[in-house]
Amino acid sequence: MIRDALGIAIASGAYALSFGAIATTSGLSLLQTVSLSLLMFTGASQFALVGIIGSGGSLWAGAATAALLGTRNALYGVRLSSLLKVSGLRRFGAAQFVIDETTAMAIARDDENVGRFAFWATGLLLFAFWNLGTLIGALATNALPDPKVLGLDAAPPAAYLALLAPRLRAREPLAIALAAGLVALICIPFVPAGIPLLIVAGLVALYGLFGKSA
Amino acid sequence: MIWAGLLVASAACYGLKLAGLSLPPRWLQDARIQRTVPLLPVALLAALIATQTFSSGQHLVLDVRAAALGVAVIAVLLRAPFLVVIVSAAATAALLRLL
Repeated sequence: MIRDALGIAIASGAYALSFGAIATTSGLSLLQTVSLSLLMFTGASQFALVGIIGSGGSLWAGAATAALLGTRNALYGVRLSSLLKVSGLRRFGAAQFVIDETTAMAIARDDENVGRFAFWATGLLLFAFWNLGTLIGALATNALPDPKVLGLDAAPPAAYLALLAPRLRAREPLAIALAAGLVALICIPFVPAGIPLLIVAGLVALYGLFGKSA
Repeated sequence: MIWAGLLVASAACYGLKLAGLSLPPRWLQDARIQRTVPLLPVALLAALIATQTFSSGQHLVLDVRAAALGVAVIAVLLRAPFLVVIVSAAATAALLRLL
């Protein structure tokens, strides 16, 4: 169990290295970069926010996109709440660890105690490695005279793709991904940078809420 | 100004996590919400890929970033680790700019 949690944490440390590098290339200061990993601590939202800032999109469209990408954590919280049974101050601490990896490790355990232990072990280790990786990636990139020479400004779409790929195992999400990409491209000439993302989010929300269920 | 955006977005992300743990579960167990929320990251990540690969401001452009994305697609299809996907895309852009 600890070994699994440690493996996940080390892998996330590698993600975080690239986050630190991409955030720094996007123009964030060292303090801004490490603060995001400490305070936001949810990978896709962090990559999206710095990617949008780096590509010259609206800061507030970036913040909204980060929040929309964080909505899934609320559903994870619902699944975890009956397992964790946290109250008071512990709930405020536990909340920061409610992400994909901790949820996957904690649920589907036969024993609730094991599930709780898996949540906290994964959360603490991942938090440590995520922030350490971010710091190292940001420091290393800050030491470079021009990170764009390494092509780091072209890296965010690769990060999104790596985060997206595991979600495309069925036909509906694949179709939605292709349609979303196409709609975003069509919107680009007509609205300020960053806004196509919000249009896509609105359309998919309408589809999910009011479309026929698959 | 950037700080304001970072802090507001971080607070929103934390608030969503805390809401999940704190709200009565039935509020979020509505079938339409359960169905819609997982679609958001799929659509947004795809839209992020499209806009940050093929646009500059409000202009559609085709440049080295498209080649970088192509290499990233191959790396993902080969099940390469996250860091390899990122590095291969960045290296592709860097090398093509040298040409």
